[in-house]
Amino acid sequence: MSFGIPFAPSEASSAAASVDTLFYTLLAFTTALGAFLTLLVVGYAVKYRAGSGADRTGERGRSLPLEIGWTLASLIIAFAIFGWGATLFMRRDHPPADALQIAGLGKQWMWEFRHPGGQREIDELHVPVGKPVVVSLASQDVIHSFFVPAFRVKQDAVPGRTTHVWFTATEPGHYHLFCAEYCGTQHSEMGGWVDALPPEQYAAWLSDQGEGETLAATGEKLFRALGCSGCHGNSSKVRAPPLENVYGRPVALANDATVIADERYLRDSILQPKKEVAAGYEPVMPSFDGLVDEAELQMLLAYLKSLSPQGLTNSEAIR
Amino acid sequence: MSSDVAMRANYLEEGAGPRAWLLTTDHKRVAWLYLVSLTAFFFLGGAFAVLMRVELATPGGDLVSDDVYNRLFSLHGIIMVWFYLVPSIPATLGNFLLPLMIGARDLAFPRLNLASWYVFVFGSLFALFSVLAGGVDTGWTFYTPLSTLYANGFVSTAAMGVFIVGFSSIMTGINFIVTVHTLRAPGLTWFRLPIFVWTIYATALVMVLATPVLAASLILIVLERVFGIGIFNPDLGGDPLLFQHLFWFYSHPAVYIMILPGMGVVSEVLPCFSKRPLFGYKAVALSSMAIAVFGFLVWGHHMFVSGQSAYAGVIFSFLSFCVAIPSAIKVFNWSLTLRKGEITFEAPMLYALFFLALFTFGGLAGLFLAALAVDVHVHDTYFVVAHFHYIMVGGMVTAYMAGLHFWWPKMTGRLYSETWARVAAAATFIGFNLTFFPQFVLGFLGMPRRYHTYPPEFQFWHVLSSAGAVVLAAGYLMPLCYLGWSLFRGARATDNPWGATGLEWQTASPPPPHNFDRMPTVSQPPYAYPMKGLEHERFSPHKDKVRETAA
Amino acid sequence: MSASTQSVAFDTPAREKAADAFGMWVFAGSEAMLFGAIMLVFFVARVSYGPAFAAASKHLSLTLGAVNTAVLITSSLTMALAHFHADAGRWRAAVWTLMATALLGAVFLVIKGTEYAMEFHEGIAPVLGAPFAFSGPDPVHAAFFFSLYFAMTALHGLHLTCGILVIVGLLALSRGADPSSRARRVQAVGLYWHFVDIVWVFLFPVLYLINR
Repeated sequence: MSFGIPFAPSEASSAAASVDTLFYTLLAFTTALGAFLTLLVVGYAVKYRAGSGADRTGERGRSLPLEIGWTLASLIIAFAIFGWGATLFMRRDHPPADALQIAGLGKQWMWEFRHPGGQREIDELHVPVGKPVVVSLASQDVIHSFFVPAFRVKQDAVPGRTTHVWFTATEPGHYHLFCAEYCGTQHSEMGGWVDALPPEQYAAWLSDQGEGETLAATGEKLFRALGCSGCHGNSSKVRAPPLENVYGRPVALANDATVIADERYLRDSILQPKKEVAAGYEPVMPSFDGLVDEAELQMLLAYLKSLSPQGLTNSEAIR
Repeated sequence: MSSDVAMRANYLEEGAGPRAWLLTTDHKRVAWLYLVSLTAFFFLGGAFAVLMRVELATPGGDLVSDDVYNRLFSLHGIIMVWFYLVPSIPATLGNFLLPLMIGARDLAFPRLNLASWYVFVFGSLFALFSVLAGGVDTGWTFYTPLSTLYANGFVSTAAMGVFIVGFSSIMTGINFIVTVHTLRAPGLTWFRLPIFVWTIYATALVMVLATPVLAASLILIVLERVFGIGIFNPDLGGDPLLFQHLFWFYSHPAVYIMILPGMGVVSEVLPCFSKRPLFGYKAVALSSMAIAVFGFLVWGHHMFVSGQSAYAGVIFSFLSFCVAIPSAIKVFNWSLTLRKGEITFEAPMLYALFFLALFTFGGLAGLFLAALAVDVHVHDTYFVVAHFHYIMVGGMVTAYMAGLHFWWPKMTGRLYSETWARVAAAATFIGFNLTFFPQFVLGFLGMPRRYHTYPPEFQFWHVLSSAGAVVLAAGYLMPLCYLGWSLFRGARATDNPWGATGLEWQTASPPPPHNFDRMPTVSQPPYAYPMKGLEHERFSPHKDKVRETAA
Repeated sequence: MSASTQSVAFDTPAREKAADAFGMWVFAGSEAMLFGAIMLVFFVARVSYGPAFAAASKHLSLTLGAVNTAVLITSSLTMALAHFHADAGRWRAAVWTLMATALLGAVFLVIKGTEYAMEFHEGIAPVLGAPFAFSGPDPVHAAFFFSLYFAMTALHGLHLTCGILVIVGLLALSRGADPSSRARRVQAVGLYWHFVDIVWVFLFPVLYLINR
């Protein structure tokens, strides 16, 4: 930053440096090409202005080698940039296995984050430096987008599905969090901060918050309160699939297909139970659509995941 | 030759009064009808933009409320895209010039042409109603479920307005396609057509094939709002992302509808004021068609972070780089057209050179956006806003001004004030860059778009941008004055004041009602510069002094 | 410039007629993109939610759908006859066949309206907030099937209505017209009508027959 005028955001995540390298390379290339073309055109405009004494004889109008040359050069450069960008992009789908899992919920017009230990934050997210963090994103209403410029990450939160974004903060600091998909009246106010703290400070902050109920524990309470245990419990009279060790395992369906019980399957089973009925069971489960909101869904999912200790790896979960 | 002009009635004089204009089937008069409507919408959309930039000069929301600001940017986008940019060059310059350039007396379907204007006006009534009644705040992109389930403005009205003007687009497109196929003068083969005709033809193809998909998207939004059908509603089994696919399947080709005619104009102006043939004519013609085709394949690059699969993102990114190549080829061809020419710098040429600079710059910014990893950072920020304004305003509107000035003598039989025109051109160039270059920086810094308020550290760049907007606005208001003045007091133009090739310059300025007294035949390639007998009459600031230059 | 061309641009009526036909085909192309877009949405959903769509489709009345298909195909026959008569200068015969076409189109709309009413009664029309009662698997995506069914058939019905109105308009405005103008107009309207028929020929199997 010079004279207090900002030119670039901080680089505060493990991905930021590589994205910036690509960005600045592109900047250098476009500046060079732009400068070359400008000089060429201005040069021609001056040299060949009407009435100047420049030499205008010679071949005009077409030069096949030149045209083929610049076409090929453009293609090669374009595909090189494409490959570079795509390679960096594919990393988005593969968070490290031991990432910290945060549940993020967007609604008009605030963000709500829940840590695994149950700590809850509104419009602010504390994360440890040096540890990968995966935020699973859900939306209560319209499409929102989780955007932290300093980390170079962005991901839309879409109603009706769960998306994920991951990052590893590398520098302690206080970074802008913006909603980056227009979501209505207070879209510009829907944001806050991501606070990256060194690990000891993060741990201290966590314990300061008090161990709230973990997401999973709250989910277990909901499980009972909503009556799920009435059918899915051990002593139930109604035959319902047991839920221990379900998450992450294959499930045989009534229509002879097999599906992996990932987040999407569990979510659909709660909201649209007749969609993929397990083999050997009657389609009698009622739908909880409208009876649980996105936040409660996240708690139930956390509980169900906790019943399956050797569940999916994180990257498999992001589907 | 010039003295004969005064003897015959030209198309402006034959038939006076409102009926003769409002019920005309003469393509030249229909072009004027469109010109008037489109100019009005340009300034309406521009006024909204000025209000936005005034608000954004300070970080807080002090001028207008959140709701009003959201309506301002939504209406700015809707009006500028559908009620100005999409029809602009095709419906004004295209309508006027296409028959002239191919040696025809009119378009294939003159009454369809007039009907298309009325459809445009009818649709614009819906848009104006929604503006006056309180506006719509969904953004011009109408994303679901915000637009279907949560927005409170006049969404259905605005959507219906856009739907209706879409028909106007399709009607114009059909007319142009059939005209180019069936009404070319004898000897005018495809590869003797001016590039302007090629680009109008490519634009017409995209209009006819892409606009219906927009119609489908808008109908589904209205059905969902009014009848409660749940195509995009996850609670009813639908998917919000379906809308994005449908919408961008039209809206990406739409940007090519907007830019291709501008490329056509520049391809006419640069050879004329360099007195050199267009470099690589065939490549420019074929790349126009390539842009039209490839433009249909890249819509997903608006959705890299939307939740669509990463593999889809990779494919769309690849195709987006492919579509950049034909545009790059054109830029090289245009630049080389200047070589060994006899270059003069009248207003059309200034605008054309500015187009070259600004379009190239905006196109290079597109490379950043097509690169997946960079787009994740700058998507939905001011970087995107800067990119598309460089192309659409720096490119399209600049080309429109180039064309308007270039063909003004032909359309009106009058010469405008060259001095004022050059001042206005310079003002737009300076104002434009001051407005939009800072927005690239803002985007990289992380300033999201559609934000009414913002963190104070971004203010420096916003102030620069708002200052530029004032200069840009002045640059656009000036032509209204001196072009209007020239209608009454401008010097009379000869048939071919610029010494240009092209069939439109071989008839009077303004042309007679049926364009040509003797239907022309064509026996040479286009852009046969320099040509004997096509001396370029340079203009001095004194309106009735005309000088010859040495060829 | 011949006095009998509509557009001053054409030298002969024959060339103008060819251009008219070409223009109508280009328009058909744009309409194909309109219906194609929604059909593509349908096919993507069908692939994702096969069982729900199959079960839902069974609730549509195959009888009425088939009758409607026969009605519309017959109307295309009468339309083709009208074109044949108009080209040969037999305007009265053309008028009768055009009226038959419009009538058959109206019959189609009445039958479709009846189907809609039946679907509302059965509670399988998730439209205007009406309650949706579906007893098969995956009711949420069955509702999606019906949303698409109503959207697609309504759009088709709208096009059909426009076609009927255009026929009526053509009959009214062609009283004093010369034979070549009449023939040209009937040709143009005929191409449009056949296109609307073809759209139905796609919609019917896609909506009614996918899992029988």
